[in-house]
Amino acid sequence: MAKIKYIEFNGTEHEADVANGLSVMEGAIQNDIPGIDADCGGGMSCATCHVYINDDEWFRKLPEKEMGEDDMLDQAFEPKSNSRLSCQLIVSDDLDGLTVHMPEKQV
Amino acid sequence: MIKTDVVIIGAGPTGLFCAHQLGIIGLKCEIVDNLDKIGGQCIELYPEKPIYDIPAVPKCTGEELTNNLIEQIKPFNFNFHLSDRVQELKNENNKWLVKTLNGKEFETPNIVIAGGVGSFEPRKFPTKSAEKYDGKSVLYSIKDKTIFKDKSVVIFGGGDSALDWAIELSNSSKVTLVHRRDEFRGAPASVQKIKELSDNKTIDLITKYSIKDVKGNGSLESVEIKSESGESKVIKADYVLGFFGLIMQLGPIAEWGLNLDKKTIPVNTENFETNKKGIFAIGDICTYPGKLKLILSGFHEGALAARGCFKYARPDEKYRFEFTTASSTIKDRLGVKE
Repeated sequence: MAKIKYIEFNGTEHEADVANGLSVMEGAIQNDIPGIDADCGGGMSCATCHVYINDDEWFRKLPEKEMGEDDMLDQAFEPKSNSRLSCQLIVSDDLDGLTVHMPEKQV
Repeated sequence: MIKTDVVIIGAGPTGLFCAHQLGIIGLKCEIVDNLDKIGGQCIELYPEKPIYDIPAVPKCTGEELTNNLIEQIKPFNFNFHLSDRVQELKNENNKWLVKTLNGKEFETPNIVIAGGVGSFEPRKFPTKSAEKYDGKSVLYSIKDKTIFKDKSVVIFGGGDSALDWAIELSNSSKVTLVHRRDEFRGAPASVQKIKELSDNKTIDLITKYSIKDVKGNGSLESVEIKSESGESKVIKADYVLGFFGLIMQLGPIAEWGLNLDKKTIPVNTENFETNKKGIFAIGDICTYPGKLKLILSGFHEGALAARGCFKYARPDEKYRFEFTTASSTIKDRLGVKE
């Protein structure tokens, strides 16, 4: 279990306890947190669960991107070097306290 | 005006298999899809990626699955209306009048929405200023490449479309290619070619930059790009091209008075009808308790929706359940000779 903080583009904060094994994307969807669309349902084929990890230390701590994630991020709305697809961030106790920022929009 | 038993919106695997089921029970259908090819997400998003969870098919690609489904419905000779989109629905005397973007009209008692997550549209630049030039000098696809001759063209993106067009247009235009990172997702041969063209100064290659603003006075004059650390550059541009892949938009479906839950349409699980009589929704676009966004679920949903359509298409007949292994009527419909 990890407490994940989701911050919308307008600054609205949401916190959710997300079970281990779920993705950060699923944590948002299951808790009705706006700002993450996840059109493809977690298949790394749509780039609509795009988030920023603004804290450098956290960004480095996350599991590295697998092949294809950066390719998909090229197609996201305003990708930056601290962008991740939240469907690829699988929750474990290690992620307790993670904060993700949502972009202005997904599509 | 085309009269038919069912109009299917979406030619992905779910729509195709629903068409098959309609053919099996003796109904006619017309299939409309926004893309220029059959296959939906399977063909647009992952034609070469293997799928491992189609029942009794241990492994197949999106393209193979699509080709097999096309083969499976061939006996029925259904019409496809590609590169078109259903725009308007109107109900008159228990019939739906359907109008498409290209001006086609259908009259049908049934509509099956198998629209995935909506229609594919190119992702556009995030900058507001680009909207003013949209379709004129800011483009997301190329219909006529002769307009770029001897012009300054700034291309954004790192995939095959961006690379291929940068290579192609470098013959007759001044091309600048801008991409947000050093790696490209395009084919290795194209990436190699781009690096050569950049080394011999045929094109300008700028990486780790993205669009900031487009500027002009009536007509487009330049594009401003920015790096993440805040540096910016201004490049002269007659045309700006963006190739960021496709996004899915619900589009006109949202305006038909259907109940919506986020971007999905609630249905009953008996026949996958929506809150509107004669409008069914199947595949990724429908939702119900326990919904799984799997192709196999879409097949099941399409089979039941087809039986739902029968009731309105043949109000005076009773639907009779038959197996394809045993029914001579079905074998006739399939054109099977024994």
